[in-house]
Amino acid sequence: MSNIIFARLFKITVFFIALTGAAQMPVFKRYYISDIPGLGWLADFYLTNKIHYALGAVLIFMVMYLATEYILSKRNTLQLSRCGVVRASLFAAVIFTGVFRVIKNLPYVTMDPLTVMMIDWTHLSFAILLGITALTALIRGRSSYFEEGRVERKL
Amino acid sequence: MTVKNKGISRRNFLKGLGAGSAAMLLPSALPAVASSSETEEIATLLDISKCIGCGECVRGCSEVNESKYPEPKKPFPVMYPTSRVEVEDWSDKRDVDDRLTPYNWLFIQSAEVEYNGTLHEINIPRRCLHCQNPPCANLCPWGAAAKQKNGITRIFDNVCLGGAKCRTVCPWHIPQRQTGVGLYMRLLPKFGGNGVMYKCDRCYNRIAEGQQPACIEVCPENVQTIGPRSEILAKAHELADKNGWFIYGEEENGGTNTIYVSPVPFDLLNRAIDKGAGKPGLQPVADSMADEETLATAVAIAPLAGIAAGIIKAGHYLSSSAKGKNNE
Repeated sequence: MSNIIFARLFKITVFFIALTGAAQMPVFKRYYISDIPGLGWLADFYLTNKIHYALGAVLIFMVMYLATEYILSKRNTLQLSRCGVVRASLFAAVIFTGVFRVIKNLPYVTMDPLTVMMIDWTHLSFAILLGITALTALIRGRSSYFEEGRVERKL
Repeated sequence: MTVKNKGISRRNFLKGLGAGSAAMLLPSALPAVASSSETEEIATLLDISKCIGCGECVRGCSEVNESKYPEPKKPFPVMYPTSRVEVEDWSDKRDVDDRLTPYNWLFIQSAEVEYNGTLHEINIPRRCLHCQNPPCANLCPWGAAAKQKNGITRIFDNVCLGGAKCRTVCPWHIPQRQTGVGLYMRLLPKFGGNGVMYKCDRCYNRIAEGQQPACIEVCPENVQTIGPRSEILAKAHELADKNGWFIYGEEENGGTNTIYVSPVPFDLLNRAIDKGAGKPGLQPVADSMADEETLATAVAIAPLAGIAAGIIKAGHYLSSSAKGKNNE
């Protein structure tokens, strides 16, 4: 798979995971968005949750693939930009809290109510922060995660 | 809207009154619940063959939980879009007891059902079933609902924004909303939230103090029993096997902590009871979270698969660059 196709798939995955994540709040029906032809599914909490889970698995796969490949083969030649570090950290935080959310929903797991609230609030907060940061990077034309050009590591 | 319990005959009322008076003379012989199970969820057994529909449980619930009921201030904020967002105000209808409301967390359904040539008059106390894997708590995006380790599912009224998603995803649509109270009033009352959701909390505070939930304590007919779920299930099966009765709540929605036993099949009861808003059915319910459980496996496998794919890709990259260097 070429890098361009992978990048496009990554963006599509992130878009739909953000959309189905937002759909977990009861806002799309309230604001008539799910009344738009073709968007009725956004008001189905179970369906959007399942899509969110499935895309979550796809996102984790992609992120772990990229991280492993970067650490093993490109760490010496490609340097993460400051904005890239922030976004990668926020992705990690969203995924980490999301995984906790999946764990807490397992039938044989019962977490303390305060822990449940903290997981939900942090997942939501990190997702919003990631969205704001990504949008800012896009507007400022700094959407690349890496420093311009290749950075040769001094041995 | 009626405020009278349906299906309570004068004979049953007098019978209940007599039994209730007798119960008041007895010392509390039921064991403390709090210490009954440290490791297992607590469940309740409702033998509905015993229920006479006297309504003592409904009144007991109201008296004990009155301090938890909402006290909204009027006028309510205008909520946008006004054509879509509905005010749900029960504060002037606090006496309604023939359905679930924010001020009535338990009501009695009644049905007359003919089964095996016998006419049965059945009364069924209805409230939150306290699912073992509650979708209301799992799917709340705001962490306002959660299940305690003792099996009680609670909605925290100081956190809830009243979006009513819990009611939508609950197979029985149990939680009920009161507009004009709660955290949303301090955030964006016009644009997000719509009050607080209320439902049975199985008297969590009384259980924490080693007491019985009010509905169990005041019942003159001992309809309900409370204890560790395995013991409750054993009792339910014993009753069902001995009498040829039926069980509801053991498997529904993946298992609940409210187990009904009935001399009449539940599909017949479900057809006979009055159903609608605030009046849950007794239909078969598949596990709402089963697909999420399957997808959780994919989430568990994904990082390992990603690392493996990354190693393979890096291996290819490193070997091809090594070949390139050798060729140079």
